[in-house]
Amino acid sequence: MTKETKQERETEEMVLQLSDLRSWFFTAKGTAPAVDGVSIDVPRGKIVGLVGESGCGKSMTAMSIMGLVKRPGKVVGGTITLEGRDITHLSKRELSKMRGNEISMIFQEPMTSLNPVYPVGRQVQEAILLHQKVSKEEAKNQVIEIFRQVGIPEPEKRYRSYPHQLSGGLRQRVMIGMAMVCRPKVLIADEPTTALDVTIEAQILQLMKKLRDEYGTSIILITHNMGVVAEVCDNVYVMYAGKVMEQAETFSLFERPGHPYTQGLLQSIPRLDKQEKRLYAIKGVVPNLLHLPKGCSFCTRCPLAEERCFTERPELYNVGEEHKIRCFRYEKGGE
Amino acid sequence: MEKPVLLEAKHLVKEFPLVNGRKKQTVHAVSDVSLTIRQGETLALVGESGCGKSTLGRTLIRLLPATSGTVEFEGKDITSMSSREFAPYRRQMQIIFQDPYASLNPRMTLRQIIGEPLETYHTAASRQELTKQVGALMDLVGIPREFMNRYPHQFSGGQRQRIGIARAIALEPKLIVCDEPVSALDVSIQSQVLNLLKDLQEKRGLTYLFISHDLGVVRFIADRVCVMFLGMVCETGPTNQLYERPLHPYTRFLLEAIPQPDPNLRSQEKQLLSGEIPSPVNPPSGCRFHTRCPYAKEICSSQTPPCTDRGERQVYCHFPLA
Amino acid sequence: MEERREWIKEEGGSLEAYIQAEQLGEEETWKDQVKKLVRQNKLAVFSAVVIVLILLAAVFAPLVAPYDPYQQVLQDRLLSPGAEHWLGTDELGRDVLSRIIYGARISLAIGLIPTTISMVLGTILGLVAGYYGGKVDFLIMRLADVMLAFPSLLLAMVVMYTMGGGLVNIFIALSLVNWAGTARIVRAQTLSLKETEYVEAARSMGVKSWKILYRHILPNCLPSLIVLFTLNIPSAILSEASLSFLGVGAQPPSASWGLAVVRGKTYLFSEPWLSIAPCVAIMIVVLAFNFLGDGLRDVLDPYLKEQ
Repeated sequence: MTKETKQERETEEMVLQLSDLRSWFFTAKGTAPAVDGVSIDVPRGKIVGLVGESGCGKSMTAMSIMGLVKRPGKVVGGTITLEGRDITHLSKRELSKMRGNEISMIFQEPMTSLNPVYPVGRQVQEAILLHQKVSKEEAKNQVIEIFRQVGIPEPEKRYRSYPHQLSGGLRQRVMIGMAMVCRPKVLIADEPTTALDVTIEAQILQLMKKLRDEYGTSIILITHNMGVVAEVCDNVYVMYAGKVMEQAETFSLFERPGHPYTQGLLQSIPRLDKQEKRLYAIKGVVPNLLHLPKGCSFCTRCPLAEERCFTERPELYNVGEEHKIRCFRYEKGGE
Repeated sequence: MEKPVLLEAKHLVKEFPLVNGRKKQTVHAVSDVSLTIRQGETLALVGESGCGKSTLGRTLIRLLPATSGTVEFEGKDITSMSSREFAPYRRQMQIIFQDPYASLNPRMTLRQIIGEPLETYHTAASRQELTKQVGALMDLVGIPREFMNRYPHQFSGGQRQRIGIARAIALEPKLIVCDEPVSALDVSIQSQVLNLLKDLQEKRGLTYLFISHDLGVVRFIADRVCVMFLGMVCETGPTNQLYERPLHPYTRFLLEAIPQPDPNLRSQEKQLLSGEIPSPVNPPSGCRFHTRCPYAKEICSSQTPPCTDRGERQVYCHFPLA
Repeated sequence: MEERREWIKEEGGSLEAYIQAEQLGEEETWKDQVKKLVRQNKLAVFSAVVIVLILLAAVFAPLVAPYDPYQQVLQDRLLSPGAEHWLGTDELGRDVLSRIIYGARISLAIGLIPTTISMVLGTILGLVAGYYGGKVDFLIMRLADVMLAFPSLLLAMVVMYTMGGGLVNIFIALSLVNWAGTARIVRAQTLSLKETEYVEAARSMGVKSWKILYRHILPNCLPSLIVLFTLNIPSAILSEASLSFLGVGAQPPSASWGLAVVRGKTYLFSEPWLSIAPCVAIMIVVLAFNFLGDGLRDVLDPYLKEQ
């Protein structure tokens, strides 16, 4: 296989590609690079995890894909490609046609995305009528079918329920159902289980896997929880201060975390299997985007930082098959 | 050698009236809970949302009045005291809140916030003395003294939580209720705060009642754990024993449901707890867990399970796991 | 690095403190809020300038006004606006411009004094009702409901009829009428602030109730109170004008604007400036306070804005 054909095949498999995406906030006190040169590939039928702490730019990345960045934020560079089509600069009409149809999104708190004065079934029905030319009756049947698929018990009865009558887990299932009505190519899930209890979280995660395996939906899962990543994701991007610090296939990342930040994150999770004397802690605080260090954005908190890390910016270096790390220690590749 | 008991709750009940149109209903937030907290230990209250753990924590330190039952603090019943009798006990029991953004008054400086408890009890003779004490507290929790005159909105979540901790330990209380103190924080910040809490406990001999839904955090911080479901205790016991061999089915499902940061532990056929958490307005009869429990038998829906002692552990289940 | 060293020297702090300070949010002082107001709402700033000018004119009226407002020059009756008398003269030959400048004293006093009294009263009652609840709350709020159920102007008129006209009586009447609105807003805010965790924290430390009200609840009500204050002033000014117009407010020969409107009514077709000039004065003051209030609300009180 020549190099070119291999590359062609790769792009063919990718449903969604971000390349060098930049979304900045322009505030009175300066420019905050919330997303700063992020490149992400989303393969068909895979779950891609975006993981990082608050303010790392993971939600902003999602908003940029959906064309939902509002002032003072702005997408200032890079391209977003959906199945080979550039969707970075779509008009409002094209965007609203794309949203919900080809790409949909679900949020952490489903209550805020559901209208409290309408029954949930009707809201999903409206989403169908908006994008498909079907009769109301047909749409209703579709809703009930979708409710059954996302595991809502007694779908006929739930069709008439109001959002406040449902539990958090059921509301999230309704949201997922609504997002799935048009069989989107990509589903973006922004912290979908953070507001839920563990036993309900496990159910929702299983539903995500089902969507991937049975319908071939590509999912971008945004989360701060490494456990959730390990449970469902195929590929992972670790983000910090607007940049991807490490990207890898999930098993590879958890077996050989390379970036000091990834290592720190993994070590600071309290373990379930034994009682530790002390927890590993990354020192310092999450950086203010208006005052990022000149060099590597993690240098102020990094236990391995050298002189150079404070002055120069590292690139993403290849360390193995599909494993890249933004750290000078991997400049020459390998271990 | 057993440490002396600091606080003991007996058959504590907390109910809230719920007026829903003309119907008058009752929320059974805490139902017949008995537990003890020993001096210098950390007891964790664990459970999912709506299990009554926060309400229980507040009722134990009399921030909420109990509906029935008693709470004894150092052998004295504090539930039946008049508020004047209770006043000297007030400073012995403090609380750290979950939301570091809502728990600090946005219009007060750090100095005023941390100094407020000291002023209330006139522990400082002069302004300079107060400043010195506030500074010492800030040192202790790792916030530089230079920020004494700043307002809380300038600080990050983790720093604010440290400020809340400084305020809670200012009066040198015997018991601190930590109500989900790290669940709003990022992982890397969470471990800093947890380490701080553990250090302070060692330095000052504090006793914690640690309320959390995160079993990983609890494993790290707690000496003993009390698992709650819908206002009732499922089981209590020393942390290691409870994690290694859960006696109550609910504890086991809870532990299994947690996604582990290791993809090799991914299992396709994980046994998941089905269904939703019942409402505390109409809790199921008998064992409140029976509607979700795969091992439930007839007796579970009719009779409340009694407390069974298993060494240092107590379990409330008709058919405890072996 | 250089910057860092300098800071450490100046503030006498540690390196760690510097790094943390660098990451802290910016300090938003009242100066920043003023800057924000200037940037976002030019109209409000312009209104503030107008209000200050009117205030100055009122305070220094004897210096600013070209004539004595009470001096009657009968041969100069009903002069049209011109170089001598910019806004003409009234039916008794008094200079209209001077009377309007002096009238600003009355209007502003009416705007400020009863509003302050009624708001202090309303704030105290609202705090007590919201924080203590129960019977106290019931009593205060039902009283407020009664006040709000009456048309306030009618109520003020009843007070004025029984006590007679005059400035002091207007103060009393308007103070009595307007506290209920403030009490309601403060009570609502107290109810929600009472549930915040920092109030719970204060209670768990054993801080006394009055101190919680004074230190934790009142300061957080202040932004809305400031906004409410600027919006209550114009309504008080309007009430005075209405009362004077109806003949139960200020009495002649007072220079009150409301009174001037009613006296000019007779000459509305022949000498319209007699009524129009005071009307325009009322309008400018009322609009200026309203614009300022709206601008302040945008800056100080995002909560009210959402509503």
